[in-house]
Amino acid sequence: MNGKESFFKGLHDGVPIGLGYFAVSFTFGIAAVAGGLSIWQAVLISLSNVTSAGQFAGIEIMFAAGSFWEMALTELIINLRYSLMSFSIAQKLRRDVPFAHRFLVAFGMTDEIFAVSASQEGKLHPFYSYGAMCAAIPGWTLGTLLGAVSGSILPDFIMSALSVAIYGMFMAIIIPPARKNKAVMAVVIAAMLLSTLFAVVPLLNKIGSGFVIIIVTLIVAGIAAAVAPIKEGES
Amino acid sequence: MIKNVYIYILVMASVTYLIRMLPLVLSRKEITSTFVRSFLYYVPYACLAAMTFPAILSAPAAADMPMYVTYAAGAAGFAAAIISAYKNLSLLKVAVIACAAVFIVERILLLF
Repeated sequence: MNGKESFFKGLHDGVPIGLGYFAVSFTFGIAAVAGGLSIWQAVLISLSNVTSAGQFAGIEIMFAAGSFWEMALTELIINLRYSLMSFSIAQKLRRDVPFAHRFLVAFGMTDEIFAVSASQEGKLHPFYSYGAMCAAIPGWTLGTLLGAVSGSILPDFIMSALSVAIYGMFMAIIIPPARKNKAVMAVVIAAMLLSTLFAVVPLLNKIGSGFVIIIVTLIVAGIAAAVAPIKEGES
Repeated sequence: MIKNVYIYILVMASVTYLIRMLPLVLSRKEITSTFVRSFLYYVPYACLAAMTFPAILSAPAAADMPMYVTYAAGAAGFAAAIISAYKNLSLLKVAVIACAAVFIVERILLLF
């Protein structure tokens, strides 16, 4: 496939991704404005980050007036999975394309774009990634804009109900795999119990929420990796 | 008013981009360590679970709403999310059902 064909194939595969993003980023826009960010700031975060969990954690740190180190470490831990995806895509990119393309492909390395890119047969043309990004990133950004705008005009009781939307989405992401895999289920339950411990035990509950997420993730994922290593072909 | 918003945004965007960019630009080899691969496989699950619970319990809030209503509504939203996610409903449906549970519990408790 040449560049043009690859681009349009990526664009085609990116449309459902963009539509899916729209709903999630709508919630992000609402949450950002509810916590005190401006509409423009919410949109800027989405456009420059393009990552759901990292953005939600990021605004929590802003609202709690956390340190820049806390912000940097939290993003590092939460988004560490992208490095694995980038490792994998580094193998799959065509060798004949100029090196500079790797910098651009990296910007759109989300869970979903990685998923469709990795499922392409043979080598990956960078224009496939650009096509997918051209459909997905506007969905992500526009969803944030509309969420932020409606968040600033919606009444209290609607905002209160919408505050759990993102957690609902998180559950929709982690519960179905947990049903099929006992180790994942154990990881989910252990992480929830451990973070509850950090919320209720005196002294431990003084630790910033960003650091709690890092500590819990490192401990639980570390133990799980040692006790239940994944087999080849999984993940 | 939140201070230093643009510095926060610069920090989060830079870190997120570097994580995505460095392996693509620097590495030509695949990770072979089973431990590292397993660790990275479990990271999203541990992270999202830790972010959700117990934070979801105190998420619902409105002016003049008592804390027990917040906790009850949060717990209802959590239960609704778990059950609907367990039934393999879509991302959007699970989110809507969780919101609806919060809304209903708040309305019932605030009647009294």
